[in-house]
Amino acid sequence: MSDLASHLPVLQVLIPLLAAPLCFLLRKEAIVLPFTIAVSFACFAISMNLLSQVLGGDILVYEFGGWSRPYGIEYRVDILNAFVLVVVSGIAAVVFAVGPGQARRVIPEGREYLFYSAALLCLTGLLGVTITGDVFNIFVFLEISSLSSYILIALGLNRRALMAAFSYLIMGTIGATFLLIGIGFMYQATGTLNMVDMAHRIQVLGPTKGVLVALAFVMVGISIKLAVFPLHHWLPNAYSYAPPLVSAFLASTATKVAYYLLIRFTFGLFGAALVFETVGIDRLLLPLSIIAMFVGSIAAIYQTEFKRLLAYSSIAQIGYMTLGLSFATQAGVSAGLIHVFNHALMKGALFLVAACVTWRMGGTNLDVMKGLGQRMPFTMAAMVVAGLALVGVPGTVGFVSKWALVSAALEVDALWIAFLIMASSILALVYVWKVVEIAYFQTPEVELERREPPLRLLIPTWILAGAAIYFGIFSSYAVDVAELAAQQVFMVGL
Amino acid sequence: MTSLANQILSHWNYLAVITLMMIGLYIAISRGNLVKKVMGMSVFQTSVILLYVSMAKVTGGTAPILIEGRDDIIYSNPLPHVLMLTAIVVGVATTALGLALIVRINEAYGTVEEDEIVAMDRAEDERDLRSEDAS
Amino acid sequence: MDIEMGLDAHATIIFWSMILPLIGAVGVVALGRWPNLRDSWTIVVGISTFTCVTRLIEPVMAGARPSLALPGNMAGLGLALEVEPLGLLFGLVASGLWILTSLYGFGYMRGHEEVNQTRFFTCFALAISAALGIAFAGDLITLFLFYELLTFSTFPLVTHAGTEAAIRAGRLYLGILVSTSVLFLLLAILWTANLSDTLRFTPGGILDGKIAGASAGLLLLLFSYGVGKAALMPFHRWLPAAMVAPTPVSALLHAVAVVKAGVFTVLKISIYIFGIDFLAKDGLSDILMGIAAITILAASIRALSLDNLKARLAYSTISQLSYIVLGAALANSAAAMGAGLHILMHALGKITLFFVAGAVMVVAHKTEVSQLDGLGRRMPITFGAFCIASFSIIGLPPFGGAWSKWYLVTGAFDADQPWMVVVFMLSSLLSIAYLMPIVVRAFFRPLPEGVPDGINEAPLLILLPICATALGCFVIFFYADSVYRLLAPAMGLGG
Repeated sequence: MSDLASHLPVLQVLIPLLAAPLCFLLRKEAIVLPFTIAVSFACFAISMNLLSQVLGGDILVYEFGGWSRPYGIEYRVDILNAFVLVVVSGIAAVVFAVGPGQARRVIPEGREYLFYSAALLCLTGLLGVTITGDVFNIFVFLEISSLSSYILIALGLNRRALMAAFSYLIMGTIGATFLLIGIGFMYQATGTLNMVDMAHRIQVLGPTKGVLVALAFVMVGISIKLAVFPLHHWLPNAYSYAPPLVSAFLASTATKVAYYLLIRFTFGLFGAALVFETVGIDRLLLPLSIIAMFVGSIAAIYQTEFKRLLAYSSIAQIGYMTLGLSFATQAGVSAGLIHVFNHALMKGALFLVAACVTWRMGGTNLDVMKGLGQRMPFTMAAMVVAGLALVGVPGTVGFVSKWALVSAALEVDALWIAFLIMASSILALVYVWKVVEIAYFQTPEVELERREPPLRLLIPTWILAGAAIYFGIFSSYAVDVAELAAQQVFMVGL
Repeated sequence: MTSLANQILSHWNYLAVITLMMIGLYIAISRGNLVKKVMGMSVFQTSVILLYVSMAKVTGGTAPILIEGRDDIIYSNPLPHVLMLTAIVVGVATTALGLALIVRINEAYGTVEEDEIVAMDRAEDERDLRSEDAS
Repeated sequence: MDIEMGLDAHATIIFWSMILPLIGAVGVVALGRWPNLRDSWTIVVGISTFTCVTRLIEPVMAGARPSLALPGNMAGLGLALEVEPLGLLFGLVASGLWILTSLYGFGYMRGHEEVNQTRFFTCFALAISAALGIAFAGDLITLFLFYELLTFSTFPLVTHAGTEAAIRAGRLYLGILVSTSVLFLLLAILWTANLSDTLRFTPGGILDGKIAGASAGLLLLLFSYGVGKAALMPFHRWLPAAMVAPTPVSALLHAVAVVKAGVFTVLKISIYIFGIDFLAKDGLSDILMGIAAITILAASIRALSLDNLKARLAYSTISQLSYIVLGAALANSAAAMGAGLHILMHALGKITLFFVAGAVMVVAHKTEVSQLDGLGRRMPITFGAFCIASFSIIGLPPFGGAWSKWYLVTGAFDADQPWMVVVFMLSSLLSIAYLMPIVVRAFFRPLPEGVPDGINEAPLLILLPICATALGCFVIFFYADSVYRLLAPAMGLGG
């Protein structure tokens, strides 16, 4: 048993990787569904176990084939990536538990097994990016997750999903290739691919031309994946035309992993001194984050489609995360990480609400949501709860994020930024309330009886919405872990 | 003058990489034909392979096949080559997926020109709006 | 040991007084199908809640500060409830008047044949729970939590009618209250957290010596404007807008619970976060004083010109709320006492006025002041109560309002602010001018022709609460002393 326990880091990635082709071979929905659920819960359990192992400050290193650094590939688990692993695998467990079965129209009929094998591959990629300690490995896993997410998006029912997936493919590949170029320059400058080794050598080298060029390419590559303003254009189409379950999964995991990469590369590999003091990336990232907060929210206000509205809101929320990072302080990074967790919960819940609405109405145009407050009361209540969390009402996770972020802003004496954060959350109220008013105060064009989606869809929705409240009131779990992670990032580095 | 010429000549492979990279990126971004976009993307990816292989070259180096008893042989760096094997696989997969998507797009829209697809989508939106106004 | 045991018992009482309205809300939903049962249940819960709160009077007067740590923590800060005199008074007012308003509500909602009564009474109970949370909050975070909960739980009440006007009013209501609370109040709280290591309400304040000069003035303004529920101009528009709600909502929430939660918060922050002494230093609160004075006068003048009865009362409320803010800004014991007393006195008076407005609406379907001619003859008890309550609002003895005004004016003298004395006097005159004509019209103008004979006194369920609160205005004049003794320790006036 103890032997198995020591292999947990690799099992974290291996299990979904092997499960994905199995899903494709098994095909029968009745087998594939429970199998996928079991796999995703196993991943979740492993990530929880890993987190509990590293929380004390130890760092787990798993060396492939016994080849030690710098020759072999290693997986490396510290608090930061264990935290992200938990978020990714947790969301996966909740979202995958929604079976196709009765939930027709949420995943195209007859293609369930494709959905599941692509989703598991995507999960593999995301977990791999997060857990690995090898820079080239990051690129490979990133492409695994990206390629499978293009497939997932293309599963959307509307033909526009195809174009959305295609544009994302072009943008995503350019982003990943930029990252690859950056990694190439890093390798050229340091002669290693191991992250710990590389970080050490970059510190010795200092800001040479090669390192600076590498930094530029890596930053642009990650920013495309993270949808940092103004590199966000692929995101609204991708999220709004993808099947709602896919949007729920990607919105709460893919960008989070990209954010993890941003932290890893800035604070871990290149080092805060180089990135923030020598190059001064914060001077670019900070205004861009603030613009993203406002542009994303304002664009969300004018949307007429629920998922598109949520997608634009995501752009604004990513702005909060990068804003936290651009303070280059421990409190700022910790605030960003808290928001990673919290945003995953609330956006996941909201996209699952979109899935519920799609199941019932066949689409998520705001027009079809008229009067749903009376017709799908439990679904819409989840929407209100998660929406209020997005606004940052106290008692929800959004408040915890906002508190942490504004505290971090005040810590660096940026009262005006604090004020802007508050102002943008008012914009969130506007677009959330727009939907609430439509759902509760407008009368639908066709009379519909009261009917909720099947429990398989409703329960995961409420798990996430409930978590958005639970972790808003009992915030210390997530906050403590995020603070420890930020502390480790600052004190230990890699 | 000679030093500059020297520079250019001794780094000609990098210049080729940059040229290919720019051509690829430009095609991927500016072309309206989806197939051309994918091809541009492919060129872009291939240029990176050249970049890696260039940096693996050691002057006077030979293929890194270990010969027993000889320690005076200079080998090229094998690692970037190996990495590029993976990158080639990734590139092929991406191109295949891109082309597969284009096939589906062609089935759904009857065209692979981006402008026409955008125009069709827009026309659809306007039709929806009009029917809404009418009702 | 004994004291600890005693405090635990008190914690239980706090717990129940918070949780009972919630249980009430659940019960209301469960009993929704049987209106009579549902309404009796509301009354039972209301009385039990009030009883719970009254059981806190004795220990608080004895100097204890019962407290209860809530499970959970937001942003790394625990949630705590602590009952101190001012909060207890507000809690008593809110929970006590809830019973009367519920009674009134049954009469009104049935008389008016309103729909969705279950949702209505559910949200009502939730709002009361939130108001009690504000009253008993032991620190700024807890207070902010319940403050926002109160906003969102009252939103369905404001938009109850579901009409276009109601939705627009709801938008304004939510927009102003949430924007101010997030933009200003939360920012101020975070700022305070940055300055001080605690956010607890501490006698004497926590900010003295940590901030000074213009920043301190800015912080005070952020707090005062952040509490949008206090309806300081120019963030007052939500209150008249909220008048589209059914009258019981206007009566309890927008004359008592919500708005008093606002001024209570301002008062509590002045006393327990800034500290009265700190506020008095270097004219820190001068700007706030000016804003409150302008609000008092401007709102009174606006009230003069309004024909809609509820709108006129709403502006009167805005003006009266600023009495309390002004009391806090004057920053001395007498003024703070006046402000504290005014929470109770104005609540009793204004709820009566709204009850009457609602009764007229139910019985005679009149909403405008100009339509009230002669109605006093048909509804003498109702308009008699209106008259009593008006006297109390104006500040005439022997009615409760006289006491609070007395202390406020004393406080203005103590603070060497003769102009503020003038403001109080002027506003009294103005309140005569906007309230008395209603009474005069109702009693002395002839009834216009064509008024059906059917219009008579309101149903008993409506009449009873009206009489009770009007009587309250009168009785409290003689028992103001006990309220004074309750509040004295909080205001630094000794036992």
